Amino acid sequence: MTSATSRRRVLPGFGLTLGFTLLYLSLIVLVPLSTLALRTASMGWGSFWATVTSPRVLASYRLTFAASLGAAALNGVFGLVVAWVLARHRFPGRKIVDALVDLPFALPTAVAGIALTSLYSPNGWLGRPLEALGLKVAFTPLGIVVALTFIGLPFVVRTLQPVIEDLDVEVEEAAASLGAGRRQTFAHVILPALFPAWLTGFALAFARALGEYGSVVFIAGNMPMRTEITSLLIITKLEQYDYAGATAIAVVMLVASFLLLGAINRRQSWASRRGATA
Amino acid sequence: MRRALTEPPLVRGALLAVALVFLAIFLVMPLVAVFAQALEKGFGAYLTALREPDAWAAIRLTLLTAAITVPLNLVFGLAASWAIAKFEFPGKGTLLTLIDLPFAVSPVISGMIFVLLFGRQGLLGPFLGAHDVKVIFAFPGIVLATVFVTFPFVARELIPVMQALGNEEEEAARVLGAGGWQIFFRVTLPNVKWGVLYGVILCNARAMGEFGAVSVVSGHIRGLTNTIPLHVEILYNEYNFQAAFAVASLLAFLALVTLVVKSLIEWRARSVASREEHVREAA
Repeated sequence: MTSATSRRRVLPGFGLTLGFTLLYLSLIVLVPLSTLALRTASMGWGSFWATVTSPRVLASYRLTFAASLGAAALNGVFGLVVAWVLARHRFPGRKIVDALVDLPFALPTAVAGIALTSLYSPNGWLGRPLEALGLKVAFTPLGIVVALTFIGLPFVVRTLQPVIEDLDVEVEEAAASLGAGRRQTFAHVILPALFPAWLTGFALAFARALGEYGSVVFIAGNMPMRTEITSLLIITKLEQYDYAGATAIAVVMLVASFLLLGAINRRQSWASRRGATA
Repeated sequence: MRRALTEPPLVRGALLAVALVFLAIFLVMPLVAVFAQALEKGFGAYLTALREPDAWAAIRLTLLTAAITVPLNLVFGLAASWAIAKFEFPGKGTLLTLIDLPFAVSPVISGMIFVLLFGRQGLLGPFLGAHDVKVIFAFPGIVLATVFVTFPFVARELIPVMQALGNEEEEAARVLGAGGWQIFFRVTLPNVKWGVLYGVILCNARAMGEFGAVSVVSGHIRGLTNTIPLHVEILYNEYNFQAAFAVASLLAFLALVTLVVKSLIEWRARSVASREEHVREAA
C-alpha cells in the first residue's frame, strides 16, 4: 500500500486519466447498455416470457445455437490441425499462411457474407460441384455453419498456437524414452496439455458465432422458422418498432454470451493462479 | 528416439495437406472470389462501379466515421492504459472487465442499445424530437455505434504493453524534473508506439468494416447514411453483383493492408524480443 501511494505521488495524471476513462466508459458503454435492463424491467415477466418462447423465436434460438455449435466443432478439429502445423512444421510460405489466419478478423463481415454466398450458391465455384453431389449449402442451415466456421477459425487457432509453441518438448522426450510411440505421446501427453486452451478457443468461437450477423444474412436465405438466425429476428422486430420484443430476444442472447465468456474468464484466471503457484 | 518426437513423414504430409486445403477453401477462395467477381466485366466496369455517386458518398461517410471514431478511442486507450498500468487502485479488475464489455455484445445488440436510447420510441426520443435532433437513422448514430463496437481495441492492446514496461523510466524522468505531458510524449509514447499503431489499425479496420451495428442505426438512406458495407449490401440485394463486389473489393483490400501491417509489427516485436534475449544470454 505504501508503494502504491508513493508511486501515485511520483507519476502525475492519475486523476485526469482515470476520470476520463470512467466518464468515457459510462457515456459510450454503460449508459447505453443499461437501457437494455431498463426496457426489460419495464416489460413484466409475462410478456417477456411470451416473447422469448414464441415458436418463431425458439426456432431461431435452436438454429443459432446448433449452427454455432457445429461451426465451433468444425473449427475445433481443423483449427487444431492448422495450429499444430503452424507451430510445429516448417514449410515455405508458412509466414503468409500464418498471417492469413487472421483474415476473418480483418475482413468486414458483409464482404465475407457475399463472397461465401457467391461461392456456395448453386452456380458458384463450390456450390456447383456440391450440388452435383446432392448437397445444398447456400440458403440452408449448412450455409450458416459455413459462414460461422469462417468467422470462428482464428479464435481456435490463435488460442492453441502459442500453447503448442510453449509445450515442453522434454515431456515428449520423456514419454518417447519410456517407450511411448508418437501416437501414444500425442493422445496421452500432448492432447491433455492442449485441452484447456482448445476448450477456450472452442468457447470463444461459439460465443462469437451466437451473435454473428453480417456474414450469415446473405447465405442463410432468412426463412422464418427454418433459416432465420436470432440476430436477424432482432432487426426484424426493431424495424417493426417492437422495441420490447427485440429487447427480450436480445437479453436472452446477451445472457448466454456473458455466461459463456464469464466461464472462460474464470477458467483462465484459475489456470493462471495455479500456474503462478506451481 | 528422433522418430518418436515427430510424426512419421506420411502423417506430417497429411496434416499439412489437411490444414492447407481447409484454409484454401475457407479463407483463400472467398478472398479470390471478391476480386474475381469485381473484375468480372473488366477493369472499366470496375472503375465505373467505384465512380458512381452513391458509392462515393458511402466511401466519404465511412472515412469520416473512422476519422472521428479512431482518434476518440485512441485518446481513451491512452488514458485508460496510463491509469491502469501506472497506478494501483481498487476495482482495477472490474474496470478491465468493463472495458472489454463491447467485445461480448453482438453487433446487432450494439446498434440496438442506441436505438433504445435515441430512437423515436427510445428513452430520449421525445426530447430529441422536440429539439429536432436526429441521432438514429443519421450520422451521429452511425458514429456512436461504431465507437461502441471498436471501444476496447486500443486500450486492450496498450494496457499489457505498458504494464510490461513498468514505471522505472517515467519515474526517472520525473525525478529529473520532467512534467507529466513531457514524460508522456518523450518517454512513454516512444516506448509503446508499435502497440499504439497495432491497436489503431485494428480499430480502423473494424470501424470501416462494421456492418451489423451500423445497419441497425443507419436507416439505409442511399447516398446519405450508407457506409461502404451497407452500400455493398444494397447493391448485392439489387442483384448488381459486379458493382457489389467492386465496392466490397475496397474493404477486402483494406483487410489485406491491415493484415500486412499487423504481421510486420508482430515480426518486428518478435525479432526485438529474440535480440534482447541474445543480449541477456551474452551478459
